[in-house]
Amino acid sequence: MIRVLFLAQLREQLGAAELQVPAADIGSVADLTQYLLKENPGWEQFLSNRKLLVAINHEYAKADARVKAGDEVAFFPPVTGG
Amino acid sequence: MSFSIAVQQQDFDVGREYDELISGDSAAGAVVFFVGRVRDTNYYARDVKSMLLEHYPGMTEKVLQQILDEAKARWELIAARIVHRVGELHVSDQIVFVGVTSMHREHAFQAAEFLMDFLKTQAPFWKKELTGQGALWVEENSKDVSASLRWNK
Repeated sequence: MIRVLFLAQLREQLGAAELQVPAADIGSVADLTQYLLKENPGWEQFLSNRKLLVAINHEYAKADARVKAGDEVAFFPPVTGG
Repeated sequence: MSFSIAVQQQDFDVGREYDELISGDSAAGAVVFFVGRVRDTNYYARDVKSMLLEHYPGMTEKVLQQILDEAKARWELIAARIVHRVGELHVSDQIVFVGVTSMHREHAFQAAEFLMDFLKTQAPFWKKELTGQGALWVEENSKDVSASLRWNK
């Protein structure tokens, strides 16, 4: 399984904080996004935001980055700390 | 604690942070620090009452440590410290402390600015302002993005 987290405003928009997704057929961040959209068509407007950031196991990652079973993948909006 | 970070709910004491930054060090001729506070006005001029600071535990600490390592590689630093608060903060509360020491001021000034610019664009923190008109997530600031880009080698 892949542990998927949604943080900050994205969590509120989707109404979901955390999901477990079966790792079969998911090889990249882009695959994972496709899977999430297939399961939740209503998420399109939020997950298609090109400013969204992705981290795999606490490291920033691009859409083509590899994802495998046991990974933690987080989706979140641009950061605003400091 | 020559290079250290802390992510915490409780307030920090600038005097104590300063003392610890220079403790036992007679080579550090320059100390620069920055403190960020909660303003009562935001970009839309709405009255901010308080804010909620969210972060991504685990990744936040990792990114802050990476930013410190990067500063250490670029400038001759003796010590550096980042403290960032999370949770509910009110107007005038302290949010962030960045302190740097080096032999001469040039390195300390530059490193402190670099640390803040990178913290603002890389570290996974999010601010939600609670204003007189309701709750509002703070939007990414393009000024912060361009400030951080100027450090690209």
